[in-house]
Amino acid sequence: MSCNDPPQQEPSLYTVKAVLILDNDGDRLYAKYYDDTYPTVKEQKTFEKNIFNKTHRTDSEIALLEGLTVVYKSNIDLFFYVIGSSHENELMLMAVLNCLFDSLSQMLRKNVERRALLENMEGLFLAVDEIVDGGVILESDPQQVVHRVALRGDDVPLTEQTVTQVLQSAKEQIKWSLLR
Amino acid sequence: MIKKFDKKDEESGSGSNPFQHLEKSAVLQEARIFNETPINPRRCLHILTKIIYLLNQGEHFGTTEATEAFFAMTRLFQSNDQTLRRMCYLTIKEMANISEDVIIVTSSLTKDMTGKEDVYRGPAIRALCRITDTTMLQAIERYMKQAIVDKVPSVSSSALVSSLHMVKMSYDVVKRWVNEAQEAASSDNIMVQYHALGLLYHLRKNDRLAVTKMLNKFTKSGLKSPFAYCMLIRIASKLLDETEAGHDSPLFDFIESCLRNKNEMVVYEAASAIVHMPNCTARELAPAVSVLQLFCSSPKAALRYAAVRTLNKVAMKHPSAVTACNLDLENLITDSNRSIATLAITTLLKTGSESSVDRLMKQISSFVSEISDEFKVVVVQAISALCQKYPRKHSVMMNFLSNMLRDDGGFDYKRAIVDCIISIIEENPESKETGLAHLCEFIEDCEHTVLATKILHLLGKEGPRTPQPSKYIRFIFNRVVLESEAVRAAAVSALAKFGAQNDDLCFAFLDDEVRDRATFYMNVLQQKQKALNAAYIFNGLSVSIPGLEKSLHQYTLDPSEKPFDMKSVPLATTPITEQKTEIAPVATSKLPEKLAPSRQDIYQEQLAAVPEFQGLGPLFKSSEPVQLTEAETEYVVRCIKHTFARHMVFQFDCTNTLNDQLLQKLTASPTVSPVPATL
Repeated sequence: MSCNDPPQQEPSLYTVKAVLILDNDGDRLYAKYYDDTYPTVKEQKTFEKNIFNKTHRTDSEIALLEGLTVVYKSNIDLFFYVIGSSHENELMLMAVLNCLFDSLSQMLRKNVERRALLENMEGLFLAVDEIVDGGVILESDPQQVVHRVALRGDDVPLTEQTVTQVLQSAKEQIKWSLLR
Repeated sequence: MIKKFDKKDEESGSGSNPFQHLEKSAVLQEARIFNETPINPRRCLHILTKIIYLLNQGEHFGTTEATEAFFAMTRLFQSNDQTLRRMCYLTIKEMANISEDVIIVTSSLTKDMTGKEDVYRGPAIRALCRITDTTMLQAIERYMKQAIVDKVPSVSSSALVSSLHMVKMSYDVVKRWVNEAQEAASSDNIMVQYHALGLLYHLRKNDRLAVTKMLNKFTKSGLKSPFAYCMLIRIASKLLDETEAGHDSPLFDFIESCLRNKNEMVVYEAASAIVHMPNCTARELAPAVSVLQLFCSSPKAALRYAAVRTLNKVAMKHPSAVTACNLDLENLITDSNRSIATLAITTLLKTGSESSVDRLMKQISSFVSEISDEFKVVVVQAISALCQKYPRKHSVMMNFLSNMLRDDGGFDYKRAIVDCIISIIEENPESKETGLAHLCEFIEDCEHTVLATKILHLLGKEGPRTPQPSKYIRFIFNRVVLESEAVRAAAVSALAKFGAQNDDLCFAFLDDEVRDRATFYMNVLQQKQKALNAAYIFNGLSVSIPGLEKSLHQYTLDPSEKPFDMKSVPLATTPITEQKTEIAPVATSKLPEKLAPSRQDIYQEQLAAVPEFQGLGPLFKSSEPVQLTEAETEYVVRCIKHTFARHMVFQFDCTNTLNDQLLQKLTASPTVSPVPATL
């Protein structure tokens, strides 16, 4: 756990240990752990509390906690964290954090706050799934992520929705009639 | 006014979490609508989101309920809603380990993976590989090979990363995809390049020749991806380390050339690799140090942090190489990120002059409580190094360390401080007394057994040689009384050292109770081994305490040249003992009848030390000893009745009056039937 060990580690694509999003009270809104550093939910929550206590007052982007490098960013009432080994290239972790934040910012139309996020949880789940896979950075370009998540307009009202559906089914019908 | 109301409404709205009071059972109940026809994508999507949210919160799903939900979910593959399908993939991944028979979705996923919808293909591959085992992998091998070389980057990346995950499980199968991975490595897409390089390395890492070839190829061809460059730098520096190639090797040149890369991530990776190489000369370090110096003034906190942390490492071995950065580091002392400020100060402590030490220490103590344990350890290490460099500064340091020792902190942090104080004591004889005093204070309230025993050991070693050994005995004694076994043992042996090193002088200062306790515990130990002799040894020792106390007191009043002898204790007390006994082992001394006032206390203590009697509560009264035998027989037996609230204890004291015989296997068989007797 000391930060003085030589980082002569096996070169590997496994970079990210966890991605967390906490709210104003330090409660978990989203948490994905990619290895066994914190195997139980209890240990994870303790770690999250610790992280939150050490970071929520200062907006200083990076910290070393429990032997892990934590890069973070806060916006209104949300706290985003990306966690990696203390030997990891901090800028790589930062790239992941920025990609996550920018993707969400686009998906939520710059409205990155708790309520908007909670209304679009599926978008968040899919975005993280496109950014990190099993600890490997899958994509770091927010444009690509947003494109791949391909969430249909999130605030499409129900009436409009039904219109689209009607159009869709009409298209479908025409297609079938043509095929016949 | 109206606006204000609106705002309030909004605020209370933002406080509510639509997922807050989710009940697992209710959600699973809702999941039944998955079976309805036609499928309502919007509602189903919402329910899947809830399920994943619950899993994400750490909610436990039983195998049966998970399997049930999983099977219901499989029906949703009939819908063509994109987001819903994507959420199905996610559910599969999340439930892969908790649901049974997840492989039933294999064919659906294989279809999506090879289908026309590019949006589905990548995630379908990742979900499929998550539920695939070695035997099934062979069945999809053909598709995987195709996917790796697919022209759509997300498909290729997904296939490469999933292959990497499966290397651990099915190395032999994945190994056959090397050619495809090789082809993917020359892709234009930066992520595909990176993933292909990672997979190739994992497949070849045991074959040094292949790794060398691969490095040669990629370092020459030039990659586009900064991530891939970082990976190459790591592979190259590992190879350099293993082959112990000199720094004239082309690999070193490659790493050095990366210092001029456009991307900061690559530049930093290269600088860090050079800094961490063993046996780097100052000249080889210089270019790396100068790019790190540039990063020190970056507006990005992460970059400043990375730079100063790496410079800190350089300063440990080559302080002179970092001196050029002193000015930049000075600017970071007031950085709003305390981690950066700490690292900057500790680096300066290593590179700066003696005159700046006081100023830096003052600066750091202003915010030491705000930083995390990891950095406190860094601070302590810096202080430790500093004390070696400037021995004259030890009093400033010692003061600082003792303050840190009083603060809260974890084991690693406290250990670092203790180690540091110990090393200062060892190097500066004049700091010994203050150091020991701080450590004594620390063990008064120390939850770490390892540290307490370590300090007690040190006290045992150093204490007796100080001008005033008596100061430390009080602290050690407190440990004997209050702590766990390991600490007590260490405390007793520390005391023994005090005794051994300056016997007569020491005993004069020795709090007599301390020594009695030590002997007492030794006897308790003995008692465990020879349970039969228990009462015998026990009584003998305990009753001699008042005698010992008296004689020691006498001894201290009238110091003589003769070293104090334990064996002389009973002799010294002859005026108050009526029975004349042989006193060869200390344990055989007799109970002096005249010391009745403290007798009850003695009994209380003796009885409390016997585990079987611990539950009996306070001792109410003990009778006078009753002689059961005549005084002149080979052995003398006396009986004492101890009365407790609900119990009666009979104590039988057997004393051997013969020198040449050993009394063994004593049993007591009480024949007085109405009273329950315990021995």
